[in-house]
Parts: sequence; C-alpha cells; structure tokens
Amino acid sequence: MASLTVPASAARGLADSVALRFVVRRLARFAVSLWVLLTAAFGMIHLIPGDPVRAALGISAPPSLVAARRQALGLDLPLYEQYWHYLRGVFTGDLGSSMTSQLPVSQTIANRLPATLQLALAAFVLAIVLAIPLGTLMGVLTRGGRARRTELAFTTTSVLLGAIPDFLVGVVLVWLVGVQLHWLPVAGKAGFASFVLPVISLAIGPAAILARILRVEMIAVLQADYVRTARAKRLPALAIYLRHALPNALTSTITLGGLLLSTMVAGTVLVENVFAWPGLGATIASSILSKDYPVVQGVVLVYGIGVLAVNLLVDVALALLDPRSTIRES
Amino acid sequence: MSFLPRPAQRPRASARWLAVLRTPVGFCASLGLLVVLAFAVIAPILWTGKASATDVPDLLQGPSAQHWAGTDNLGRDIVFRVLVATGLSVELALLATAITVVAGLILGTAGVLFGRRVARLMAAAVNIAVAFPGILLALFFAVIFGIGAKGALLAIGFAGAPAFARLAQTLVAGIESRDFVAAARIAGVGRLRLLVRHILPNVAEPLIVNAAIGAGGALLAFASLSFLGIGVQAPSYDWGQLLGAGLAGIYEQPVAALAPGIAVIVAGLAFNLFGEALAKGIGLTTTLGRIPLGRMRRQPAEPASEKDGDVPVLDAADVVVTLPGPGRPIRPVRGVSLRIERGEAVGVVGESGSGKSLTALAVTRLIEEPGQVTASRLRFLGNDLLAGPARLHRRLLGTKLAMVFQDPMTSLNPTRRIGRQLAEVARRHEGLSRADALAKAVDRLRAVRVPAAARRARQYPHEFSGGMRQRAMIGMGLMSTPALIVADEPTTALDVTVQRQVLDLLETIRRADSVALLLISHDVAVVGQVCDRVLVMYAGRIVEDLPAAELATAARHPYTRALAAAVPDMRTDLDAPLAVIPGRAPDPAAFPPGCAFAPRCPLATEQCRIDEPPLETDARGRRVACWHADSPTDGSTEMTTAGRGHE
Repeated sequence: MASLTVPASAARGLADSVALRFVVRRLARFAVSLWVLLTAAFGMIHLIPGDPVRAALGISAPPSLVAARRQALGLDLPLYEQYWHYLRGVFTGDLGSSMTSQLPVSQTIANRLPATLQLALAAFVLAIVLAIPLGTLMGVLTRGGRARRTELAFTTTSVLLGAIPDFLVGVVLVWLVGVQLHWLPVAGKAGFASFVLPVISLAIGPAAILARILRVEMIAVLQADYVRTARAKRLPALAIYLRHALPNALTSTITLGGLLLSTMVAGTVLVENVFAWPGLGATIASSILSKDYPVVQGVVLVYGIGVLAVNLLVDVALALLDPRSTIRES
Repeated sequence: MSFLPRPAQRPRASARWLAVLRTPVGFCASLGLLVVLAFAVIAPILWTGKASATDVPDLLQGPSAQHWAGTDNLGRDIVFRVLVATGLSVELALLATAITVVAGLILGTAGVLFGRRVARLMAAAVNIAVAFPGILLALFFAVIFGIGAKGALLAIGFAGAPAFARLAQTLVAGIESRDFVAAARIAGVGRLRLLVRHILPNVAEPLIVNAAIGAGGALLAFASLSFLGIGVQAPSYDWGQLLGAGLAGIYEQPVAALAPGIAVIVAGLAFNLFGEALAKGIGLTTTLGRIPLGRMRRQPAEPASEKDGDVPVLDAADVVVTLPGPGRPIRPVRGVSLRIERGEAVGVVGESGSGKSLTALAVTRLIEEPGQVTASRLRFLGNDLLAGPARLHRRLLGTKLAMVFQDPMTSLNPTRRIGRQLAEVARRHEGLSRADALAKAVDRLRAVRVPAAARRARQYPHEFSGGMRQRAMIGMGLMSTPALIVADEPTTALDVTVQRQVLDLLETIRRADSVALLLISHDVAVVGQVCDRVLVMYAGRIVEDLPAAELATAARHPYTRALAAAVPDMRTDLDAPLAVIPGRAPDPAAFPPGCAFAPRCPLATEQCRIDEPPLETDARGRRVACWHADSPTDGSTEMTTAGRGHE
C-alpha cells in the first residue's frame, strides 16, 4: 500500500492528502464490497427454497439424521447468531466442513486453490505478454488509416478469437492437440506440459480483446497533442511510442484488462472442467451438483475475494500509471 | 461492452435501423441471426423424432450418407441433435435476456421512480455486483435456484441484470439532466409517466443494442452452465449439454463435442455481431478522425538565393500540403514561400482553415504520412531539410527549433512529470546525465518564471495552471539554444491577463538571445504588437506580406484591410455593431477558382473570379496577391456593418 502514495509523495501538502484520500476511499470500498460478499455467501444457504439439508441428503434420509446435520451446521440457531458465527468463522479460517466428505472446507480450499491460482496467473501473464506488444505494434502500424489490409486481418482475427468462449477454445484444443496430434496431455495437472493447453484456452480470448483495445487506444493517443509535442522535441520514434504514447494508452487498457482478469478468474471454473484440472473450479461444479453447500459457500467466497482483490490491484496500478485517476475517482 | 449514445443530430430511426442492413457486417450478421432463429423454430418441429431415434447397430459411427456427421454413443444422429438443440438453446437465451432486461431496468430506473436516495443506493449496489464476472454470479444464483433448466434460466437472467442496470443508470442519468425532462418535472408529470413517456424512449436504442449483445452472452452462459451439468438436464438437451456429453467421449467421437461447440460459436457470433452492427449503424460508437500526418517530397529544385554571410533561419519556397480527404485528397496549403531572418519576428494571420497551422507544421517537418508535403526549397539555418530522412535532422531541429502549441492543457504528457518532459530534450540531444538534465530543466523553468521551480519540476501537468503549462512548454523549447521559436496560437487558450504574460515572456527571450519567432495567430492585434512582419494567409496561400507597422494603415489587400478593420480599438464606436467580414472562409476541400477571396471581396471583378493573382513583390520587399491591390475599398463601411446578418 505504501507504494500508492509514490506519485504524489514528491508534491507535498495537497497532493499527499489527495493520494491519502484515494487510498482511504478505495480501501473503504473494498471493505464494503467484502462485507456484501460475506453476507451474500452467508445468505445463499438461507435463500435456497426449502431445507438445504433435506435437499442435500435426499428424501429418503431419516429425520433424525437431518436434524443432527442441521444442528452440526448450526442451522437450528437464530439467524443473527448464525450470521455472527459465520463471520467469526471466516475471520478465524473456519469455513465449516463438507456435508459429504466431512473434511474442513478450508482444507479443501487450501488443497485446491494453488492449482487454480497458478492457472489464472499463468494465463494472465500470457495474455499480457501477447497483447501489449501486439496491440502497440498494430496501433503504430495502422494509425491514421495506414496498412488497411493488416488492420482488417488483425481486427477480424481478434474479433473472432475474442468472441469464442474459453472453454470452447479448450474443447477445440483438446481435439486438435490431444486427440488428433497426441502432442500434449489433455487432462490433469502434471508438469509444465499439462499447463500449456488450459493456459492457452484461458489466455487467447482476453489477449485478443486486450490487443484490440490497445490498438484503438494507441491510435487515439498517437493523435494527441502531447505526442505532437514529443515529435516536436525530435525524439526517436521508439521513445515516442513506448514512453510517451504507451503509458497513456495503457490506462484504459488496464481498466479493461482488470475486468478481463476477473473474468479469467471465473473462466478457470469452466476450463478446469474441460481439462480435469485439480483446482477450485472442478470443486465448485461438483459441489453444486452434490449440493454440498458449505463447500460451495467457501469456494464462492474465495472466488469473490479473488475478484475484489484483482479490482483493487487494478485501481492501484492505474493510480501509479496515471496520477489523475486518483482525482477522477470519486 | 456497452455503447453510449453520441449527442448529435441523427437521421430518422427507421432509416438508421435499415442502414444497418446495408453494411457488409450488418448484412452478414442479420442473415446469420435470421438463419439461427429459423432453425430454432423449425428444427424442433421437424426433426425431434429423428434426433432421438436410437440406431443401435450404428453406435459411434463416423460420417455416412445416412448420418452426415456420424452418431453418438446411443446411435443418435449428431447433426439432427445439434439442429434440434438450437430451439432450446435460443429459447432459453432469449428468456434469460428478457429477465435480464426487466430486472436491469427495474434496478436501473428505480432512482427515477423513488427519488435520489434510492438512486444512490441502487447505484452503490449495482457497482458492487457489477464487479463480479457474470459466470460467478450465475453460479451463485444457480445454487439458490437449483439445478436444472429453470434454475439456470433464472440464474443467468439475474446474473446479467447488474451490468444492464449500470447501463440503464448511466443512460438515464444522461437524459435526466436534459431540459425537456426538467420541463416535464416542473409541469407536474408523474414519475412513472416521466420514465415511460419521456426518459425510456430516449434511451431505448442503446438498451436494445446491448440486449442483442446480451442475448449472445446469455447463449454462451447457458452453454457453460449446461456443460458443467448445472443447466439443462438429460433427457432434454441444449448445446451445452451435448457438449458436456460429447467431451466425455471425445476420443471415440470428436464430432459429438465439436459440432455443438461450433453451433454455440456461430450463434453467439451472430447475436454479438448483429448487436455491434446495430450499434455502429445507429451511431453509438464514435470513430476518431483527425488529420493524419506524412512524408516530404521535393519539387523540382530551385537555386537557393542566399549567400553564406546572411543565412536565414528558415527559408521555404512553394510549400504544398496534401492530405487525404473524404473523397479525393485535399490541399489546404497551396504553395507558400516564406523566409525568416535571424532574430526576426514574423506573424502569420488568417481565419481558421486558412492553412496557417499546417504551414507551420510543414516547414518544421511535423506532418506525418499519409499527409504529404512538397516544397522546392526548405532550409533551416542553411541545412537542406529535404535531403535525407528526418532522423538526420533530428539533432539540429531538436536543439535549434522550439515549438509552442495552442493548447497547453493537452500539449504536455499527462503521465510524465514536467521536469522529466523538459529534461528529455537535453538527455536525448545533448547527452546530459539524468541529474544534469533535470537540473537544467529546473533552471529553464526558473527562466520562464515558474515559481518554486525545483518543486514544480516534480509535478504532473494536471497540477499546473494553463498559463504555467504554457510557460513550461516555452521552457521546454529553451532547453537548448533555439534559433527559431514557432508558436502556434500560443495564447488562444489562455485568460487575457495570462496572455499578456506569455507574450511578454516570448518577447524577452527573443530580445535576449535574438531568437527568431514565427507567431501564428488569428488575433491581428497580438501579431501587430509582437511581430516585425506579418504574413496574411487566405485559403492556403499567402495573400499579403507586409511590415507589422503598416498593418492598420497601409495594407494593400482588401482581405488584410478587412481583418485590420475588424480589430476594435479605443476609437471604436461601442454602439455600432462589431465589424465582421461577410461570408465564410472557403472549405479546403473546395477552394473557388480564381482569387479565393473574390466571393467575399467588395472589389472583385470578372478577372478575379477566373485568374488567380500571383504574389508580387514590390520595391520595398512587400508582397501582395491581388489584381486590385491599393485600390480604395469604398465598400468598407458596407462591409463592416453588413456583416452581422451573414454570420
């Protein structure tokens, strides 16, 4: 968090308080969102029509078992007490235990989360590594109506790739690389090779969208007055593109990139199911199907916190990149 | 992705919706969508039987005449199953979209119905919800509503609502501040009526477009949930369900997984592209179109006139700028020749569109492709700028030529500290170390009278006032020792009091180091005060070149005289209407033949409308392009008063 004050720390007084106000406001928003998320995760079980325990155990389960399970889950307590227990549990790392395996939910999450995180991070890095050079290059090449054919080819390809959902890319890759070519493993997580296909499935759509946005932004920024100023300073082309234009083009790209990163986090749910990846995505799908509500609750919470954290990071990155965003944001 | 309306006059609604069909993308997308919808209706009626008929001897067969794409693990025809699944897939997607639209509209317009407090509460709630990706929201709701098609329908419908509500809120907020809504409020129109009759019709188009795109999203979301086993349950089947079942047997029968996948992609694209084409067709996206800039070409060379002793700072002849126009190329600068001596201050005046700024960019080699510049001579401090590529002249131009642009608010890079933006010049062209360059930047900021320069150098442009930014721009030009400052409307964007300061600063710099100045301005008074000599531009040409002192008294071109007469001074009768030149400046895309000023000129004769007058130099070095130079304009009174009605 300390780094957040860097852009304004040099300019004391007013600027400092602007940065400070930004930090406070942003953290407050994070806290409110987190509270809403916790409440929603808690409320989820109570919003299910009928008795969730009965639904989970099936109609043939004896009433005594249902009652015992209700008690074990604390569902027989008054609602406010359950809420209090839930919040206290979350902050002490106790997320209850699975209704099917009886294992603590926190343990399941601890076992499964690393695989999902690795997948999401690798995909995000790949998307950025592909999109930023490609989008910048395309922006420079096609600015002011130049290279129309390149532009058309790029736009068409990126629109198509961006429109295909990640898990369908996964299915196609499974068929092409796994079934037809036998090049790479298509299921499970074992070593580097097993990462290739899921990561590509997750990254390719966001990379295409990001590159397209960055191209448009670059073209707009390259027409800005301050780029003309940089050219009037007779800087070399590369310095103009990379130092003067790119940071300005990145601000809205990062905003959208943040959105894409959170969809990528969510995209793991489906891609993991395509590739039998031993992460949280496989867990959430199977636990929804088996009506294992404590697990669902825990995993939803983890995904939700992941999304909130990503959004917070994006805002911080924006503040560092473009100091004006600390003022705009209100 | 959401589209906001552009506040502009647009043609009639029906015409615009029809125009969508005429674009290639719009046509293909509409056709694709039509095909998808047709299959959704027809396929379940015609082929439900065939799709569920099991053919036991033909399990997992490859493509054959009987089964085009082969059969699944129960011997059912894959093509028919995928086609029949169109019905349920599209139906569920459309229903989910309907739920999204209704729920989103309720959330998004609650503020109009229930007042400001509710609006803020809703905005806050939507803000939080919208941060979560749709698929997570859908999973969350799926837990509540239960597994199966109905649960998934509600889940996907509600999951899309926050994003739609956000759009509705933004659109409504934009309309709510308009006058006609305020007027309706004052007239006592009820809240519900206000919403339904006055607000919704004005935001309907973007909402419909986003609903079309949203339907594509809902289709994909349904495929996702059914694929996970949470949506449609066997024996019913939609594309997602077929996909999930097919993936399990992808080694035995890949087509069973690929075919529904392709169907999802095609249908999703059809909805998406249709929405995007609609958005484009009704003008919800803005495409930026500004002057693209280009390469330098030399016209047949002309012998340079100067001798070694008195090398002018800038010597340009026959500068022509060509830009790509909407139909054919336009030529906003048509053969400008100018020469600036050391320490001389030359002003360029003219109305907007006269080509004065483009001339400045052309002679300083700042016009980029596809814009083109030709000239028979272009020399800066004796160096031929037409010879060789631009990078050869980078150091010369970077150190000896300073540019000050019109709008200091946009001419400095918002993401870089002021000090670094200045220091860059010295780092790049003089090879100074980072610390030395920064020290020099602080020194230059001090020289242009930026108070607390060391602290200011660490600030960003948005922390500077307009006048301060313009001084920083000038300071940037002073990082080296310029021989020429080109200032393009340097004071237009500034307050009157700050204007004076900036002009005084330019004047001081000029006097101290005998720096030449090319000052471009539409403000005749400013140019008259600051400059030694004035070039008057009209329709891409210089029409007069005269000493600044003679501007008000001895101008020879009727246009110059009209410009000078239009400047109010202390003797101006405050009760009389302000003097204006009648008519308007010609469009660079269609300059009139003959003298371009003829249509507005009180002296114009037949000759003026046919023959273009050449720029003639007189004995004292003054230049003028007019067939009737020096003729008295009797019509000057008529010109100055009649103008009002015209503009």
